[in-house]
Amino acid sequence: MNLQTIIKELDLQVLTTPKDFTKIIPAGGYVSDLLSCVMVGAEAGDLWITLQSHANVVAVAALTEAAATIITENARPDDSVIEKANSQDVILLLTPQASYEVAGKLWNLGIK
Amino acid sequence: MVKEFRAELHVHTVLSPCAGVEMIPPLIVRSAHKNGINLIAVTDHNASANAGAVMQAASGTGLIVLPGMELQTREDVHLLCLFDTLEQLEAWQAVVDSKLPDHNNNIKLFGEQFVVDSTGDFIRREKRMLLASADISLDEAVNGVRNLGGLPIPAHVDRKANGLISILGFIPEIPRFDALEVSNRISIQEALSRFPQLKGYPLLQSGDIHYLDDFSGRLVFHLEEPTLAEISMAIKGKNDRDLSLQITDNLHNK
Repeated sequence: MNLQTIIKELDLQVLTTPKDFTKIIPAGGYVSDLLSCVMVGAEAGDLWITLQSHANVVAVAALTEAAATIITENARPDDSVIEKANSQDVILLLTPQASYEVAGKLWNLGIK
Repeated sequence: MVKEFRAELHVHTVLSPCAGVEMIPPLIVRSAHKNGINLIAVTDHNASANAGAVMQAASGTGLIVLPGMELQTREDVHLLCLFDTLEQLEAWQAVVDSKLPDHNNNIKLFGEQFVVDSTGDFIRREKRMLLASADISLDEAVNGVRNLGGLPIPAHVDRKANGLISILGFIPEIPRFDALEVSNRISIQEALSRFPQLKGYPLLQSGDIHYLDDFSGRLVFHLEEPTLAEISMAIKGKNDRDLSLQITDNLHNK
């Protein structure tokens, strides 16, 4: 399933500059708010779900080659973080839903 | 003329639910003296109501007490917020109070949160749960503390729980921290080898004092006066001010 469909199905807000999300096919998912764990545990192409919004999220998303990062519970990052994400080609998505809910929906969509 | 100050800049009182019941002002002062410590900072979790009482208890004893707080930021990072005066700390406390979740403490689960006077007598219980994250980002906290003239130092950066490196993956370049605190659960050599990114930062080591036995007094400053301006100079190694970490018997691995 491509990222465009996922964004639509989960009603996610795109924080970074929109692009052709239909070409991005997430390989799986990873949930953690401990960035040190994400650096070790997340795999390239994963959708990373977190409620952290610190600037380091961008670096960790870039490092782990996340397909996109879904920031939950409306923990909106500062504009400077979004700018940084754009410069690093990192996709940031926002939702008021909790991480548990987002992960459950992704699982039901077949992203496992 | 610089003088030696043996310091613990991270001391909890009975206001912190996780601190021992013996952490009352007169006993803190006595234990500091017993360990040759003449400079401490009182840093309760998200709170400061006992800082003045410890300052009062120490008054005239030769022990200098800096008022402070150990803030838990939105990210869950613990940040020591040190100040020179109670007025500065109170201004910072007002900011934190407006950003703390309104949950009551569960004494059975977390422990008592006592506000006491300088003799250690009970004044009141702090009702709000202090072991919680304030809705203040790490960046906002660092700027806010600095704007009030305070010194922000990330606490126990080596620890999995509430340590900067575990939570944020690595030490952010911005804001640039003046210094980092390493817990006493690890030697500085071990910390540097496990976290090479610590190189280049002045490192303070503290007992993160929750019990009277935790005082180690490893941290030794040479300062003209026990002020944050002087401590900042020592951290940078300027004007003959300096800091060093001495091996003491009380480096525990618990």
